[in-house]
Amino acid sequence: MYSEKVMEEFKKPKNMGKIKNPDAIAEVGNPICGDMMKVYLKVKDNKIEDVKVETFGCVSAIATSSKATEMIKGKTLDEALKLTEKEVADALDGLPPIKMHCSVLAVKAIKKAIEDYKKKQLCRNDL
Amino acid sequence: MIAVDKIYLDNAATTQIDEKVLEEMQRVALENYGNASSLHSLGQNALEELEKAREKTAKLLGCKASEIYFTSGGSESNNTAIKGAAGKKLIVSAVEHPSIIKTAEFLKENRREVVFAPVDEKGIIKLEELKKEITSETALVSVMHANNEIGSIQPVKEIAELCGEKVLFHSDMVQTAGKLEIDLHKLNADLASVSGHKFYGPKGNGVLYIKEDTKLDALIHGGGQENKMRSGTENIPGIAGFSKALELAYKNRETEMQRQEKIRDKIIQSLLEIKKSKLNGHEKQRLSNNVNFSFFGVEGEALITMLDFEGIQASTGSACSSKSLKISHVLKAIGLDHIWAHGSLRISLGKNNSEKEVEVALEKIPEVIEKLRKMSSVKI
Ligand code: FES
Repeated sequence: MYSEKVMEEFKKPKNMGKIKNPDAIAEVGNPICGDMMKVYLKVKDNKIEDVKVETFGCVSAIATSSKATEMIKGKTLDEALKLTEKEVADALDGLPPIKMHCSVLAVKAIKKAIEDYKKKQLCRNDL
Repeated sequence: MIAVDKIYLDNAATTQIDEKVLEEMQRVALENYGNASSLHSLGQNALEELEKAREKTAKLLGCKASEIYFTSGGSESNNTAIKGAAGKKLIVSAVEHPSIIKTAEFLKENRREVVFAPVDEKGIIKLEELKKEITSETALVSVMHANNEIGSIQPVKEIAELCGEKVLFHSDMVQTAGKLEIDLHKLNADLASVSGHKFYGPKGNGVLYIKEDTKLDALIHGGGQENKMRSGTENIPGIAGFSKALELAYKNRETEMQRQEKIRDKIIQSLLEIKKSKLNGHEKQRLSNNVNFSFFGVEGEALITMLDFEGIQASTGSACSSKSLKISHVLKAIGLDHIWAHGSLRISLGKNNSEKEVEVALEKIPEVIEKLRKMSSVKI
């Protein structure tokens, strides 16, 4: 069902876990099958210095969490915001259609975390 | 057994064919390849093989040879039983195999009255509620002998009594044939389904038992084979393999089941030591070869895949692993919430599993769960 790349990614997933004192956190849930994903960001000079993810979900959810976080590490916030679900899927040689619903979660969670961070920054600047 | 470098713990899904069965099938396929409907001697030899297999099967299941109908397996037998019974109302248990559940749903869409009878949290049918549902309108009640996912054994004797002489009682015995003693006449069932590949027989061969004088419509019409109940040239090598496999399973049943039960209980004990784990199904009233667990905070498809990396073959009822992305209807019927159902693992033993293999699996399973829990956003 899965491509070799998905299986490799799942076998050795990167960036799994938490970040202590993160600069932003976002959690997203999937109403279809009930899985959940949590992304932690550490930001420095507008760049993603570190990212970690926790995933309660299937092979595809874990593999895309790993791949998507790898793809944004070291990028600027604006670059990271441009990441698309398709880019992640392509980097994994495609995903089964039935798994799209959970494979989009990683990108969603990352974007939510970045937006959350930006909002916080704005508030801080307002002060 | 031909050695494969895997630990196969999915014997409820299917089993590896027994070499003796394969030899018997080969013999029949090469020697008696005639069509049992032909009048010449090769045809008549084939017919003889067919009737020999029928008699053997009937003896093992406690019924008459004329009550055994060969089919293509469990799904066909179940479909024939459910669709073939005329009458207004059908009652099937909520934990039946999809070949019953989906057939019942199909009939419901086609204006038949269908009731899905509830089970308790251990997966055992609620007899009182079933009793209330059985009315003069009821044509058929279908309750499986034991559940394929969680292994719970149903009180079929009591159910047969509730049905009495007026209501047909069908039981899906796919998971129990060759494992539990079956005496269809004593049980007083009207219909029962059996499938060969669950007891080291060939895939694509099964039986529908139809008690004498039971009125049932055929599903497949044509040349009128199987006493007009199931047309199509008989798969005699498969049928011979089926009956051989059943014979072998019953020959050694008691000792083998005791052996598996011991291993099963060891697995259960060992897995209960994992934090936030629970056994699904009944502790005692369960198949000797079935273990079904839930581990909080992990997802089944990921669990099965990671176990596969370690060479361990098992299965899950997680929503993520199903084509519909819904949790298994069985886990739902016993009231598991979705996080627990997500983390379900079924281990089903077979005659080829050694204690050593199970020991290896019991070492790996907690490691894999630990690994997945570390990654999980749902903390225990
Ligand atoms: S997490 Fe449920 S299908 Fe992927």
